[in-house]
Amino acid sequence: MSAKITTKERLKIDRQTMPEHDATARAGEFGEVNLGFTEELAMLEAQRCLQCKEAKCVAGCPVMVNVPRFIQFIADGDLAGAARSLLGDNSLPAITGRVCPQETQCEIECIRGLKGLPVAIGHLERYVADWAYRHANQIVPPSPSPTGRKVAIIGSGPAGLTAAGELVKLGHEVTIYEALHKPGGVLVYGIPEFRLPKNIVHEEVERLRQAGVKIECNVVIGQTYTLKELRERFDAIFIANGAGLPMFMNVPGENFKGVYSANEYLTRVNLMTAYKFPSADTPILAGKRVAVVGGGNVAMDAVRTARRLGAGSAMIVYRRTKTEMPARAEEIHHAEQEGIHFEFLVAPVEIIGNDRRWVTGLKCLRMQLGEPDASGRRSPVPIPGSEFVVECDVVVVAIGSRANPLLTSTCPDLKLNRNGNIAVDANGMTSLPGVFAGGDIVRGAATVILAMGDGKRTAQTIDRYFKQLQPNPQS
Amino acid sequence: MHEILSKKQLSPNVTRLDVRAQRIAEIRQPGQFVIVRRAEGAERIPLTIADADPAAGSIALVIQAVGKTTRDLVALNPGDVIQDISGPLGRPTDLIASGRALCIGGGVGTAVIHPIAQGLQRRGVAVVSIIGGRSKEWVIFEEGLRKFGEVIVCTDDGSYGRKGFVTDAAKEMLAAGGVDCVYAVGPVPMMRAVVAVTKPLGIHTIVSLNPVMVDGTGMCGGCRVSVGNETKFACVDGPEFDGHLVDFDLLWDRLGTYRTQEQESMARHEESCRIGLEKPKAV
Repeated sequence: MSAKITTKERLKIDRQTMPEHDATARAGEFGEVNLGFTEELAMLEAQRCLQCKEAKCVAGCPVMVNVPRFIQFIADGDLAGAARSLLGDNSLPAITGRVCPQETQCEIECIRGLKGLPVAIGHLERYVADWAYRHANQIVPPSPSPTGRKVAIIGSGPAGLTAAGELVKLGHEVTIYEALHKPGGVLVYGIPEFRLPKNIVHEEVERLRQAGVKIECNVVIGQTYTLKELRERFDAIFIANGAGLPMFMNVPGENFKGVYSANEYLTRVNLMTAYKFPSADTPILAGKRVAVVGGGNVAMDAVRTARRLGAGSAMIVYRRTKTEMPARAEEIHHAEQEGIHFEFLVAPVEIIGNDRRWVTGLKCLRMQLGEPDASGRRSPVPIPGSEFVVECDVVVVAIGSRANPLLTSTCPDLKLNRNGNIAVDANGMTSLPGVFAGGDIVRGAATVILAMGDGKRTAQTIDRYFKQLQPNPQS
Repeated sequence: MHEILSKKQLSPNVTRLDVRAQRIAEIRQPGQFVIVRRAEGAERIPLTIADADPAAGSIALVIQAVGKTTRDLVALNPGDVIQDISGPLGRPTDLIASGRALCIGGGVGTAVIHPIAQGLQRRGVAVVSIIGGRSKEWVIFEEGLRKFGEVIVCTDDGSYGRKGFVTDAAKEMLAAGGVDCVYAVGPVPMMRAVVAVTKPLGIHTIVSLNPVMVDGTGMCGGCRVSVGNETKFACVDGPEFDGHLVDFDLLWDRLGTYRTQEQESMARHEESCRIGLEKPKAV
């Protein structure tokens, strides 16, 4: 059917809007905001794709999803074909379809964006991935012949899960070690239910398990086992344990009761389901007035979580302007819809507390934008004498995280760069032969999709590394 | 899943559970702890590894039942399981290599002192332990500690051992001299009092801190403590620190963060136990 559609006709179709849960109703609950395309919306949107010969969207994708191909399958009404095509390129499409910053990756490259709006690639990806769950029997992947090679993956976040998916496809035996009690890393402890439902992560993990990936939870590498011990038992190791060390502002009052790192705040709510307290045992200080410091996706997740926990006032305190915010456009849009207040060009200098050391406010300075810094963004400069106090009872610090030294400190042979991240060569190999690393432990805090890109590339590198090692244990 | 192999009531509110955890039993060192999550929906809490039997593949957890989570744990019986145990976590105790050490344990903290005294004795360090409780029935680990050296027991009411606080006994012993290092674990006021005695004497004192924790791997920062005016994470930088540098007021304060929620949780728990609707799930 789509073969008959002309370019002119394609151009006439407007970008389809993602159905959303009502903003007022959702601000008090944790259900997913985006409801997903219907089949009709997906078909219409798929027809907007011009099927470029040299599709720039593919190059914009860190895992190089063949975008026009899977979209053509949707337009043709062949969803099983679309699912096989997509899953062949991307092990976790239901996740990336929800959390990728498409507007700066694939969609920014879309030719249709030159005049009007780009094809909704992310929404279509999510549509196909969700279809694939409901029709798993129609897309059974071929089972590879075992190579006899064993790979240990440290961390079950996006980098680790992606690498695991690619490595089992190639016939290698994969064991993932996860420090927490549930697999998923930042996908389960960091990203909230309303943005990425945990059953989606669970299903992605289950699919990997069915494909043969072993996952051992509650194993902290560096403590429960050393890297050296793993090297004796495995042919290759992929370190993907993330940037799990929260940064604080180093301002007075930061240890008052009511001050959280975003990691702690989100972990309590997401992993430990503190929003169900007292039905679940883990408590959280909900806060009537919550100030979240930072402008990234984590800050947006935290502030929208505060709103859902019942904060009458939930605000973002960010030292630059909306233009410089690193958060996804959709998250900022959703936050605005939900009544989140934004204080731009403001930097905290002190957390104020009462005599019992409970937080009562955040003392801030107003800023103005000066010269661009190393990141190309204009740096904020304080305006003298502009001090003021934001009244609040909970402060969440979401200004980034660094490499967690728990593993690297127990392994002095592993070379680090000056930020404490693991140093790797162009192939993702560390200073130790057969030990690879990727995701935030190499990059510093970045995004889910960049970590997945590392996972995918490293899996291919590990496969090549095995082929160079002779003899293959199975042959 | 970790099976409970045996259970013993040590004092009116302190229970010892010996739990299967083969790997941890083999490699744990004094001072290290585990994070325990009893079942789905339960909290993650840190518990010191009080003892281990590598041959049996078991570790000893000593739990003071104060809130809902700990009450649920001590309600478990042999044959029941704990869903998640992760570890061993934290840095091992900085054990002195030789000389004479004074180990001071107050209440459930005595369970933390036990592996430290054990580690010291194995190194050939002379160990004297001072342990205390409200009265005779609250004194724990006396027998275990006697294996590693002299034990002085103090009770607040004088019902057993000498009457008074552990700090009183410690003061006398330290005044007599010959102590190279003090290890003190117990309630915050006790550790603060011990440090007040040792600091003027310039005797190195190691304390074990027990702030609220979630992951236990340095990821959340909830266990922040101030040591020498620097913020440290007790889970990865500790749990043991130089007592002379610890800000005990801050620790005490932060331990009260969830007092209201804890009371709410307990009230609800007691209500549901009373009407028999919700029993602690053993899974």
